[in-house]
Amino acid sequence: MTYSDATIWWIIVALGLGTYLIRFSFLGLIGARQLPEWLLRHLRYTPVAVLPGLVAPLVLWPAMNGGQTDPAGLAAAVATFAIAWWRKNVLLGVASGALTLTALNMVL
Amino acid sequence: MPATTSNSRFRAGMAAALPFLLVVFPFGVLFGVVATEAGLDLVQTMGMTFVVIAGASQFTAVQLMSENAPVWTVLAASLAVNLRMAMYSASLQPHVGAAPFWARALVGYTNFDQTYAMSMLEYERAPDMTPMQKVAYFLGAATTIIPGWCAATYAGAVGGALIPDSVGLEFAMPIMFLAMVAPMVRSLAHLAAAATSVIVALLAAGLPSGVGLLVAAFAAMLVGAEVERRRGGA
Repeated sequence: MTYSDATIWWIIVALGLGTYLIRFSFLGLIGARQLPEWLLRHLRYTPVAVLPGLVAPLVLWPAMNGGQTDPAGLAAAVATFAIAWWRKNVLLGVASGALTLTALNMVL
Repeated sequence: MPATTSNSRFRAGMAAALPFLLVVFPFGVLFGVVATEAGLDLVQTMGMTFVVIAGASQFTAVQLMSENAPVWTVLAASLAVNLRMAMYSASLQPHVGAAPFWARALVGYTNFDQTYAMSMLEYERAPDMTPMQKVAYFLGAATTIIPGWCAATYAGAVGGALIPDSVGLEFAMPIMFLAMVAPMVRSLAHLAAAATSVIVALLAAGLPSGVGLLVAAFAAMLVGAEVERRRGGA
């Protein structure tokens, strides 16, 4: 990370403020006014729209081995997603991924 | 009726949130480890955890910061992850909208996944609560979870500094994100959005870090909303 300390703090404060405004929006500022349906429909997909796109390059081209896909990491990613989706449980997903990664790294 | 005073609602919220600490604690530890590994110092890590209190967006910010992405893309991507909380805010409004401003301001600060989910469940179970009793329950839950979240981050940040660099933590972040996002994939529309996000992010990998992600996220939101519209319902 090559940001200055000032930049890091600026990111932290702006992220905190922005997050607060999102959380407080209807409670304090917008009140009972309803957002248009088309906008709510798009907002519903924000987490599933952002997080997979963040992960995909990390899994397929991890910086750790110079852009080579790591089969153990890829398998761990698949296991994590499958178990977390199937059981609807975040921590079970994390545990499955960590176990898969550790086991495969020992074998490979 | 003493059993329905705000004080007892506050305590009920605190108690009901205790099991959630089991979930919050590992997250917090991992954030502490990952943030310090990425290059934040202890004060910055704790500052982010206390000011933001939103795990997924904190992980997003730290990941993009570790790639030295432009500041505006760090903010845009992390805040996009938090946009779901605008919907929490909207659905809390009928319950606590009549409470005083300071009370709503506090609910705003403590409005995150766990407090929201717990409180909405309780409001359905006990619809006769006054707005202030509902606020008390909400803040009670937050009073259990926030110190746990901060303490866990601290443990991870301090402990993480002891982990030698050779131990690969590169996959901690992807595994975390995948585990968080998988349970949210509840319909074909969610699946279509997630798949679009992956494909566009890979195609746009040549763009500066963060920019490709924003393009992918925007395309994915359009696809998710369009699939939902055609199929009628999420």
